[in-house]
Amino acid sequence: MSFFFEVLVAGLLSGVMYALVALGFVLIFKASGVFNFAQGAMVFFAAATYAGLQQEHHLAAWIALPLALAAMVVLGLAIERVVLRPLVNQPQITLFMATIGLAFFIEGMSQMFWGSTPRGLSVGVEDQPFQWLSDRYNVNVSQFDVFAAVISGILVVLLALFFQRTRIGRALRAVADDHQAALSVGIPLQYIWAIVWAVAGFVALVAGLLWGARNGVGFSLTFTALKALPVLILGGFESIPGAIVGGLIIGASEKIAEVYLGPHVGGGIEGWFAYVIALAFLLVRPEGLFGERHIDRV
Amino acid sequence: MSRALSSPNVAPAQAAARPALAVNNVEVIYDHVILVLKGVSLEVAEGGIVALLGANGAGKTTTLKAISNLLGAERGEVTKGSIEFRGERVDRLTPNDLVRRGVCQVMEGRHCFAHLTVEENLLTGAFTRRDSRADIAGSLEKVYHYFPRLKQRRASQAGYTSGGEQQMTAIGRALMARPSMILLDEPSMGLAPQIVDEIFGIVGDLNGRERVSFLLAEQNTMVALRYAQYGYILENGRVVMDGAASELADNEDVKEFYLGLSTAGRRSFRDVKHYRRRKRWLA
Repeated sequence: MSFFFEVLVAGLLSGVMYALVALGFVLIFKASGVFNFAQGAMVFFAAATYAGLQQEHHLAAWIALPLALAAMVVLGLAIERVVLRPLVNQPQITLFMATIGLAFFIEGMSQMFWGSTPRGLSVGVEDQPFQWLSDRYNVNVSQFDVFAAVISGILVVLLALFFQRTRIGRALRAVADDHQAALSVGIPLQYIWAIVWAVAGFVALVAGLLWGARNGVGFSLTFTALKALPVLILGGFESIPGAIVGGLIIGASEKIAEVYLGPHVGGGIEGWFAYVIALAFLLVRPEGLFGERHIDRV
Repeated sequence: MSRALSSPNVAPAQAAARPALAVNNVEVIYDHVILVLKGVSLEVAEGGIVALLGANGAGKTTTLKAISNLLGAERGEVTKGSIEFRGERVDRLTPNDLVRRGVCQVMEGRHCFAHLTVEENLLTGAFTRRDSRADIAGSLEKVYHYFPRLKQRRASQAGYTSGGEQQMTAIGRALMARPSMILLDEPSMGLAPQIVDEIFGIVGDLNGRERVSFLLAEQNTMVALRYAQYGYILENGRVVMDGAASELADNEDVKEFYLGLSTAGRRSFRDVKHYRRRKRWLA
């Protein structure tokens, strides 16, 4: 039983990390209706920048962190200004294609700046089990996982408050609902989109640091980030709580499937099991658990 | 019908003073090729209600969007002419700048933010204001005073409210910006006559008590002329006729084309079509 518990907790905690990446997608999708394929590349770029600043330029964490944040905000603003603004009013698929191109550009750019060799990254918390939990209950729970979950939780609460309670947050949701109407009441779209991309850059930095610390900063980060896809399908593309719950379900179920189902089918199902769940979910509830239902007048 | 002609709201003709809004000979082209407005000129007096009438595709909505600078989002462009609000050229401003100067459009088809509550919809209208929370709460109360129904529905998602309530939400949202002029596009669209009367009544109230000017695009000619003081009739992107609302309502051609009334008695539908084709207005 304690083994099952261990697997479940490890799954839930890694699910929180998926949720963190999914959040970046949700933010941009919510405010501009664009599925930003480049979010994974942004996560990679953020982690590479932070690790590069620390290791190549030997900067302390408290200097490297704000610098990396600034780089992400500038990157977000630049994407909005150079790529998305000229493409406004184009069909969704055009914007999606643009973000695919962007993904490869950002990956190339970060390798140009910081090289292509994977680096380690430390955020000061080790991936070790809590000793007292192991001693008393014989359950191993990683300190790093708990740390990551707490950070993610704080971020989610902040974002939810920002969206629900502030004037800018309300404007963001308004823009998501109806661009034209938002313009007509004087909400400047560019300003709103710039904010969203900057915030998405910030979320990518947090996700990049946590994932980088766990798996190392390498090209594979962009693929890890794509795990956010099943999370989004499960939770709904427009919902911040959906990203969290979706992340938890995906994280827990893939770990449990790997441990209990894997041996029967030869193992190695952790990598794709999430997509099976997502597919099954699409059939039953295409808008996701918390996605916004389309409101149509008939 | 006689209601339309003996309205208490019909004021003397357009005030002679400098108009609040002046549109001079504006030409609009969509997508660089489609000429939609071919030189439209009109004026709205400070505190007036002006009706912009015409059939589908005459250019009413385009005229309003040209004024509010919302054309850019639809690949339209003002290529000739000028638009002045209180003596200042406004045709190169952003919608945001224009709302700050007091001109706000309520778009055709309501365009509420479907997933926001009615109250959140209203609050987005105050986006451009830098006022304190108390001031904005005051404006909110005022909107609820004019639209008591919205107060009951304040916590509902706007997408689930009725068409009339959505129209009220859209007008209330514009009011939250504290505009001095509202460009109101087809408020009667798809609404029951009773609701249309209710909404126009409130428009008249807002005009009388809050001194908000309205430029009103409508297909419902009868109702529009009852509340407006002055009217312009658009056809094919041109103003083909203008005059005091009472004069327009009395005009035989207007009666026939837009009110479906005729002195010549009933005619067969085929004749009407033929007659209309022959008697198109010339610009």
